[in-house]
Amino acid sequence: MSIDAAIAANRFGLGATPGQLTTTAISPKDWLLAQIRSPAAAQVHGSNLWTSQQAFVNFVEYRRARARERQSVINPASNMETQAGLSNKQLREINLGARSLGEEMRARVTHAINTPAPFLERWVLFWSNYLTMAAKSLQTTFFAGPYEREAIRPNVLGKFADLLKASSLHAGMLLYLDQVRSYGPNAPGTAAIMQRGRNAGLNENLAREILELHTVGVDSGYSQADVTEFARALTGWTIPAQRLARISESRGEIGRVTYVDALHEPGERKIMGRTFAANGSRQALEILDWLATHPQTARRIAVAIATHFVSDVPPTELVLRLETNFNASGGDLAALAQTLINSPQAWSPVARKFKSPNEFLVSTLRASGTKTVTASALRNTFNQLGQMPFRAPSPKGWPDSADKWAAPDAILQRVDWSHLAADVIGETMSPLAFAQAALGSTLTQATRTAISRAQDSRQGIVMALMSPEFQRR
Amino acid sequence: MTNRRSFLTTVLSGLTLSMIGGQASFAQGGPTTGKFVFVILRGALDGLSAIVPYQDPAYRGLRNAIALDAPGAPNGVLHLNNGFGLHPALRGMHGLWQNQQLSFMHAAASPYRDRSHFDGQDLLESGASRVYGASTGWLNRAIALLPDGPGKEGIAIGRTIPLVLKGSAKTGSWAPAMAEQSDADTLNRLMELYANDALLGPALVMAIETDKIAATSAMTKAGNQSGGGGRGAIAYNSLATAAARILSAPGGPAACVLSFDGWDTHANQGGAQGQLANRLGALDTAITTLQTGLGALWANTTIVVATEFGRTARINGTGGTDHGTGGAAFILGGGVKGGKMLGDWPGLSRLHQDRDVIPANNLHDLFAAGLSNAFALDETAIKTTVFNI
Repeated sequence: MSIDAAIAANRFGLGATPGQLTTTAISPKDWLLAQIRSPAAAQVHGSNLWTSQQAFVNFVEYRRARARERQSVINPASNMETQAGLSNKQLREINLGARSLGEEMRARVTHAINTPAPFLERWVLFWSNYLTMAAKSLQTTFFAGPYEREAIRPNVLGKFADLLKASSLHAGMLLYLDQVRSYGPNAPGTAAIMQRGRNAGLNENLAREILELHTVGVDSGYSQADVTEFARALTGWTIPAQRLARISESRGEIGRVTYVDALHEPGERKIMGRTFAANGSRQALEILDWLATHPQTARRIAVAIATHFVSDVPPTELVLRLETNFNASGGDLAALAQTLINSPQAWSPVARKFKSPNEFLVSTLRASGTKTVTASALRNTFNQLGQMPFRAPSPKGWPDSADKWAAPDAILQRVDWSHLAADVIGETMSPLAFAQAALGSTLTQATRTAISRAQDSRQGIVMALMSPEFQRR
Repeated sequence: MTNRRSFLTTVLSGLTLSMIGGQASFAQGGPTTGKFVFVILRGALDGLSAIVPYQDPAYRGLRNAIALDAPGAPNGVLHLNNGFGLHPALRGMHGLWQNQQLSFMHAAASPYRDRSHFDGQDLLESGASRVYGASTGWLNRAIALLPDGPGKEGIAIGRTIPLVLKGSAKTGSWAPAMAEQSDADTLNRLMELYANDALLGPALVMAIETDKIAATSAMTKAGNQSGGGGRGAIAYNSLATAAARILSAPGGPAACVLSFDGWDTHANQGGAQGQLANRLGALDTAITTLQTGLGALWANTTIVVATEFGRTARINGTGGTDHGTGGAAFILGGGVKGGKMLGDWPGLSRLHQDRDVIPANNLHDLFAAGLSNAFALDETAIKTTVFNI
């Protein structure tokens, strides 16, 4: 069993499944490259998963039901069902937002543990975190799942510019970074809103995070003036108020992201020394296209990928290689993935990346041959391990370095949780067989000894799960 | 030495129903069967520390620093008979001995002759004649023989059903609601595994310090704690409390399994005091809790306490003992006619492979006798249908 098989499965993928290391051993590299050619495998499906528009309908109805409950005005006649198939009564009794996140979580983990293309799924999760949109309020809770499925998954093997436009202008992102409340100060529609006594003006949040986190990065030399200019250019891209709050007669319009010219700041924009002519909806798109292929963006993405796949201190040579490829291909993400797979530095026999809680959980489930999971068990586990999916603490996303995940208490939590996992794994697998199937030739003699000396099978599996090599990839 | 009458290493002679006790005590009306409790000491109990052959001439030389003194000496063993004494931490169990509600079997082993905990526990629980020879457990197969009724069921105290209870007969499990906490032994082993890990090693050390559980002191202090307590505390007693409550419920299960971890004393196991003494104390408390909690049911209860194998007769270089062969086991309860040593004692002048107590007596025979006693089933029938499948 070659070490490359274990690296392909564990570092590039999401963890070996029982028996996989013997199959992958045929050609680990080809196994990975084939996954880039199957974009459909990046999609997650599920009958309980909502589109953005269904999420809007459900959110609005849910909020109404809650309001009615607060006013104790219950109208039995209006017991209409939501898209989620819930009556008003049920809506009042459950937290629909948390429930939808539970379904999203279940669907995502189920996909991660069953997918034949685990490298592609890691690639998805990387981009979803790189372009974080998270649940931070009741409203955003409804859109975190749809965002990843609609904006990220379909675009991870295309041009980065298309991924960036899809993420920046998705309903979830517009809500998360307040773009729905950003109006061109000199736009005719803005004046009309202000005449009705409402505050309306520019909100820079989305523009700033796109520059700082999604594209060129904070050290690239842009100024506050550039942020403001970009925010002006983005105005007009919104979800119109009536579509945000009310369910109009044509349900298809609810929550639809639209360009409203009357809210767009007129005029040309100058960003980082470059002028973008007045061009309506196209102005923001042209800026996003330009930022997406900017050399600073290439550099930033190269560092992020090398950091995620290889080391918290990414090898310079690998960063350069990825950066060069990104620039040469105009930000082609499939080509970038291929370059990564073909880079010898990515196959270093030393595993340097400490697993995030999600990676630890998913690799444990995969190694144990688990096929199904429940939302409640996942919620408990993620709570304990400290990484609730779709709830990244800030637009920066989840950290991608050991110093953030290997805190003393976090390690103890992993040991505690490993006992629960060991009870389940021990039902069907012996500790050493489990470790061998999961780690292949990367299983060390020290861990093998610790496992065989364990005083019962449960402790043996805890040793395997908590071994230095299973905690890393 | 006393009773060193044979070196039959395979079969034991004459362990029969009459030696264990009698169903007569609970033959009158009421429940059709008594209660059977199986206590598994996982990790391999050091039999020579639990049941001490203090008069054996070889004993002191083998045991050195961890040897225990004769009855009457300060911290001396508690007198049994035939030159044996109980570890001084087993006061409650000694009381049962004096009331003839406890018998012991020394030099006991399942048919397993190697030294892996996993494989040893597999054979201990399956009741088969070879490792991985059965996917069901002997206790489940015995429950299947009981007449139909509400109590025809086995309960595991813990989150999973151990192999001994697996099979076609009805089983369940009950776990305390407290969050799972890793014990000091597991944390110590991980620290050893992280010795050369610059990230995980210091993180775990700091976590343990922060948690105020410097693992070594946790193990020495834990013995007298009865409840779940902090990390490192021995939680046997809370499990025993639950077991008594569940067994006593109307229509409660006929059998119950308790797993007590932490007996793998490779280092600093101690003598009259120390790590192992604390664990034995916790075991003793749990047995007393079972007796108290079962109330009137105690009279119909048979408890078997066993471990996967014994430990080396000689103390090792780190004040502990390593995996061995012949070990100690107990059968006790209000339904047991006790006060006896069961089986043969091969003595310590000759050792199995020059290191272990010779496995003179078969644990499966003790289990069969215990089942027969609790469930009023024919012992020979049990031996053929439940064991050696």
